[in-house]
Amino acid sequence: MDLYQEIILDHSKRPHHAGLREPFNAQVHHINPTCGDEVTLRVQLRGEGRSAVVADLSYEALGCAISTASTSVLADEVTGHSVEDALTTLAAMRRMLTSKGSDSGDEDEIGDGVAFAGVSRYPARVKCALLGWAAFTDALAQAGVDISTPPTSSPIASTITEIP
Amino acid sequence: MTDVTLAGAFTAQESAAIRGDFAILSRTVRGGKPLVYLDSGATSHKPRQVLDAERAFYEEHNSAVHRGAHQLAEEATDAFESARETIAHFIGAPAREVVFTKNATEALNLVAYAISNAAAPGAMDGVDPVLAARFALGKGDEIVITEMEHHANLVPWQELARRSGATLRWIGITDDGRLNLDDLDTVITDRTKIVAFTHVSNVLGTINPVAAIVERARAVGALTVMDACQSVPHLAVDVVDLGVDFLAFSGHKMLGPMGIGVLWGRYELLAAMPPFLTGGSMIEVVRMEGTTYAAPPQRFEAGVPMAAQAVGLAAACDYLTALGMPRVTAHERSLTEALLAGLAQRPWVRVIGPTDGDDHSGAVAFVVDGVHPHDVGQILDDAGIAVRVGHHCAWPLHRRMNVTATTRASFAAYNTLSEVEALLTALDRVPAVFGVAI
Repeated sequence: MDLYQEIILDHSKRPHHAGLREPFNAQVHHINPTCGDEVTLRVQLRGEGRSAVVADLSYEALGCAISTASTSVLADEVTGHSVEDALTTLAAMRRMLTSKGSDSGDEDEIGDGVAFAGVSRYPARVKCALLGWAAFTDALAQAGVDISTPPTSSPIASTITEIP
Repeated sequence: MTDVTLAGAFTAQESAAIRGDFAILSRTVRGGKPLVYLDSGATSHKPRQVLDAERAFYEEHNSAVHRGAHQLAEEATDAFESARETIAHFIGAPAREVVFTKNATEALNLVAYAISNAAAPGAMDGVDPVLAARFALGKGDEIVITEMEHHANLVPWQELARRSGATLRWIGITDDGRLNLDDLDTVITDRTKIVAFTHVSNVLGTINPVAAIVERARAVGALTVMDACQSVPHLAVDVVDLGVDFLAFSGHKMLGPMGIGVLWGRYELLAAMPPFLTGGSMIEVVRMEGTTYAAPPQRFEAGVPMAAQAVGLAAACDYLTALGMPRVTAHERSLTEALLAGLAQRPWVRVIGPTDGDDHSGAVAFVVDGVHPHDVGQILDDAGIAVRVGHHCAWPLHRRMNVTATTRASFAAYNTLSEVEALLTALDRVPAVFGVAI
């Protein structure tokens, strides 16, 4: 089956940037109530507002291969990048995951996230893949970042909606 | 209790005939693979006889029951009330003790909210004080449940405890997935007013020792409420034999339609209880100043009831009766034992709950250590095999068994040994995909 790409299995077995670290501006705990998957996630920002840089994203994830790997890819893709860029990446990831197979993802935008293209054909698993990303968005908000407007560079800037 | 020793599993010919009644079983999934449906614990499929009964009701008798004097209204009311008789007979009860609800969850909430409502001023006026006292719940009183409960028989009691000031206590689970009755006498005490427990675990398939729990509850005068969702579809259930006071089950898990559940209760208890939902149908006399209520079961059936679903559920009872509940039990036990034997040959699989067929009905939960159940379920799904993954609405049970989630295969009369084989074969792909040592 095309769901479990080697990249996904690698990330799930050896998640990047895993563990909870200090210091952090915000910590959140998200749960997928249908399966009991959990992620505790911290962000440390450097700078102000959307131009701030994600200095560190640390986490402890308990879940399936899809959710664990996706959180690992999230950490890879946003650490060291500006919040604005991170929100653009998130928008692209979400666009692919909710496309029901029509969007295979752009490696330039989401890196290893493209390995999750197959997930979009399994609606029940989209939540798994978005668990860490939803937690990250929440953590940004709790760190005081305004996430209410879509990223300016996003091609679908006007269509950002709630995570399904 | 069913004597399964006198009954046998269905023959290949019988199985083929049964499967022929379920159109959905002949469809394919995930790119042309035959559907292997092992998720009847979540919801069962419905035979043609049930669908035909619903269709016939709508095409020939459709009308709002207990309303109007035209011929269709009479026919619809007759169909609805005779369905009640069939369903009541199926569990060994008189029809007037059977209340229709939208599902088992609502049936359990009905009891919990009726107990809350009994605390309102004047709610128990005219009720025998001894009987009324059984429904009086407050600070110092205790509600006992088990750690094995589905959330439907757990959250309503937590909430009732919160509303009433009563304390919630629970019977624990042993490492092998059975209720720990060692401390039964210390958990169920003179302070206990309600004991709510499941007949069969929806996750582990454990059949609980009803007699011991009921005996202890009776000794302290507590009301007993049983979640029978996983027993009525699989075992011959007789409410008189069980000795409980209330029993709830859903239609859709027993080959019946969605949207209908049943609360059975002893008549004198139902007659003492204030209503839960109020409105049309459940009244005796309505004046602007106040309302008196109809006798049970109507008192608990506000609004136009689900007549077509009741007719469908009665058809499901007839279907199961024709198969013979002892044979349904024996057949499902043979599948459970075959699955347990197959899993035992795979040391990388760990069964959660009883590992033999004794006191074990229709469901087997397991984990592959190192692989999340969602991922196990995905591999099975890819082979056309439908199982349930997650915590199956029994989160505390999973916490107690030290697992975040499980994969559960559950059976119905239409399943076969070759489907158990298909599950085992597909399961063998899991270690390779996820790099688990075997």
